[in-house]
Amino acid sequence: MNPVSDPILFETLLRLGDDSLILGQRLGEWCGHAPSVEVDLSLANMGLDLIGQATHFLNAAGAAEGGGRDGDALAFRRDVLDFRNCWLVEQPNGDFAQTMARQLLFSTWQEMLFGHLEGSTDETVAAIAAKAVKEVRYHAELSAEWVVRLGDGTEESRRRMQAGLEWHWRFVPELFEMDAIAAEAASRGIGADVSAFRADYDARIRAVLAEATLEPPRDQRPILGGRRGHHGEHLGHILAVMQYLPRTYPDATW
Amino acid sequence: MVKLGLGFARQGVSTSLDTNGIWQVLETVADPEIPVVSVVDLGIVREVRPDRVIITPTYTGCPATQVVERDIRDALDAAGFRDVAIETTLSPPWTTEWISDAGKAKLQAYGIAPPSSAPTAACPQCGSTSTEEVSRFGSTPCKAQWRCRDCLEPFDRFKCH
Repeated sequence: MNPVSDPILFETLLRLGDDSLILGQRLGEWCGHAPSVEVDLSLANMGLDLIGQATHFLNAAGAAEGGGRDGDALAFRRDVLDFRNCWLVEQPNGDFAQTMARQLLFSTWQEMLFGHLEGSTDETVAAIAAKAVKEVRYHAELSAEWVVRLGDGTEESRRRMQAGLEWHWRFVPELFEMDAIAAEAASRGIGADVSAFRADYDARIRAVLAEATLEPPRDQRPILGGRRGHHGEHLGHILAVMQYLPRTYPDATW
Repeated sequence: MVKLGLGFARQGVSTSLDTNGIWQVLETVADPEIPVVSVVDLGIVREVRPDRVIITPTYTGCPATQVVERDIRDALDAAGFRDVAIETTLSPPWTTEWISDAGKAKLQAYGIAPPSSAPTAACPQCGSTSTEEVSRFGSTPCKAQWRCRDCLEPFDRFKCH
């Protein structure tokens, strides 16, 4: 294969696109299974927004790679080790509380990230971020409302929300990891320096948890490596479902 | 070329016979999700030049985007504008402020509360403002589900975006 024409831009776009793709697929698993039809619609619509983001980011990644792959090829014909999403988005849905805990932790981060990326020196990244940030703001609001409602709810809903937070807490530090690729992307102005908004993020999450009368979980040993292709057992199972059809019937159309 | 708002583009840039003809065709292309409004009413069409139509998606993941593009293609082809290309742009991002007043009136008549910054929506059935949000997301990403406390009818409200 020819060398990638802009490897830093390519990796940056893959990370952004894979986060959105995998979480979009995860939320899609709720379709027809949510506690009520309104919640079902909310989850499916958030999934749709995320898959829309993924389409734009991964098409741009294909262009930056310069090897003729488009977003579909990147989504459906890569294997687990080539995915660059963070661990948080591949976590299983669990119950509704666990799903909403994950959504709060992710969407709050993504909203802040896209706010920074609106000023990206890469025109495509800036355009996608400016468009998507309006949608993600809604995701962050919706999940915060549910975290408060369940946390400050019944004994059972509170127990489940606390457990959902405990499950996901160890995947938060990865969102703020600045490795060599992220640092170069930030220095070129393509990517964001995520470490710069860690304190603001923590404050926002703590404010939601306080309103929900929940205790912030104890910090745990962080799980890292998703950006280098090191994933948990769950990602392979997502890909098996997501990629089955396009791999079984390559280039099928309808 | 400078990107102009729709109203300006129609008066300022697109004055040739060709672009007027293209605009007329576009006004007949209905939104696939809300067929009472056209793609022009919704503000999806950003600019028309003699050789191209520039459109923008409403929501990033709106599944109607591809259908809109195909419907515009079919309508242009049928009207003899086969050489007119369709381009998609993401920037500046679409906003509900681009929905025309005519489009808002059509939404209202169709039973969808048009976007407004008011804290509550007026019920499109009975006009009452004693209404409440049922769900942030309705039948499509661009709408929320509301309910009227007076006539008890549920309705969609176009979200400010």
